[in-house]
Amino acid sequence: MNSAAGFTSQDSATRISVGDALTPEDVSASSAVAAEDTARYALMLGDDCLILAQRLGNWISRAPELEEDIALGNIALDLLGHARFFLTYAGSAWGKSEDDLAYFRDEEDFRSCRLVEQDNGDFGKTIARQLIFSFYTHELYSRLVDSADATLAAIADKALKEVDYHQDHAAQWLLRLGGGTAESSRRVQAGLDAAWPYVEELFADVEPTERLAEQGVAVLPSALREPVLDRLHAIITEAGLNPPEAKGAFGADRSGRFSEHRGFILAEMQVLARQHPGASW
Amino acid sequence: MEETDRNAPTDQVPEGGVVTEDPAEHSVWPLWEVFVRSSRGLSHVHAGSLHAPDAAMALRNARDLYTRRNEGTSLWVVPAADITASDPDSKGGYFESPKGKSYRHATYYKQSEGVPHL
Repeated sequence: MNSAAGFTSQDSATRISVGDALTPEDVSASSAVAAEDTARYALMLGDDCLILAQRLGNWISRAPELEEDIALGNIALDLLGHARFFLTYAGSAWGKSEDDLAYFRDEEDFRSCRLVEQDNGDFGKTIARQLIFSFYTHELYSRLVDSADATLAAIADKALKEVDYHQDHAAQWLLRLGGGTAESSRRVQAGLDAAWPYVEELFADVEPTERLAEQGVAVLPSALREPVLDRLHAIITEAGLNPPEAKGAFGADRSGRFSEHRGFILAEMQVLARQHPGASW
Repeated sequence: MEETDRNAPTDQVPEGGVVTEDPAEHSVWPLWEVFVRSSRGLSHVHAGSLHAPDAAMALRNARDLYTRRNEGTSLWVVPAADITASDPDSKGGYFESPKGKSYRHATYYKQSEGVPHL
């Protein structure tokens, strides 16, 4: 079982099974090869998770409490797992590994949205970003489980259970910060206001989503707009905060041309792999 | 550089090492005790403790801290302040009495001859 994962199925210290779940190694070992368009779509979904995992990882040792440090770290690792699934599957189309795609692509080749690239800011800003992204991915994956592409459907099924927790975590904090002190409410509102211009990009029908959605492979991004915004408005209002009304920022095409942060994030994320290609431990 | 004697008494720590100040005054989150049930049929077992602002968040923190290696199927969190514990200094009065009373153990008794189903 999962021998490729590099660990045994039994933890010798606790004698607790790691349990059965789809792993990126399963995706890699399967004979499924992504079609060109499907691979580009998987790359887009994976890049969002990868960049946000990198951003959240920065909270380690900096969160307001030890417990929250671990919570954010766990969420970052979940997202890194989702990225590994999507990048592994995307790579099957081009004979590339997940590491090839994560570490040896340049800024303009990434397809991440700008929402996940925004800096962590304070805890309120991070929670605002988490709220938007987790609500978006929850709506996305709960539809992608019915994808005509069996691998994408399986990845979505695995990721959905984890995102279920991510959105709960963000919503619980939004309610507490919103209903907490004047300062906590001010900060989380500022976080929502700062993130809002980048919400529209999530719903942009960029290439090749429209074609793939017609084939039943992808979820059309624009179809997610209403359900995601409805749920966001509801929770923001419940928290006693104001749903921002900012228009979408110019250049919502995931190209990176209008991205302020992407290059810096990649520089940090990729430096080790590029200085020591093929290094392992 | 001057050596620091870690055992030397200081003004900050009261004798006996007991900090008497109310932690709530430092706006520290309250302490919760966590109980994890590893599988159906077993009972919840004390796993440790954590800090959380309220019960709902305590449950989520417990999930993150104590079940991240697939340890659990159910979680309880209890405010540590609500637990009434026996006094460690009263061990004698509490726990010495049963010692040596082997007749309280089933194995003390010999099986009577001719009694079925024992």
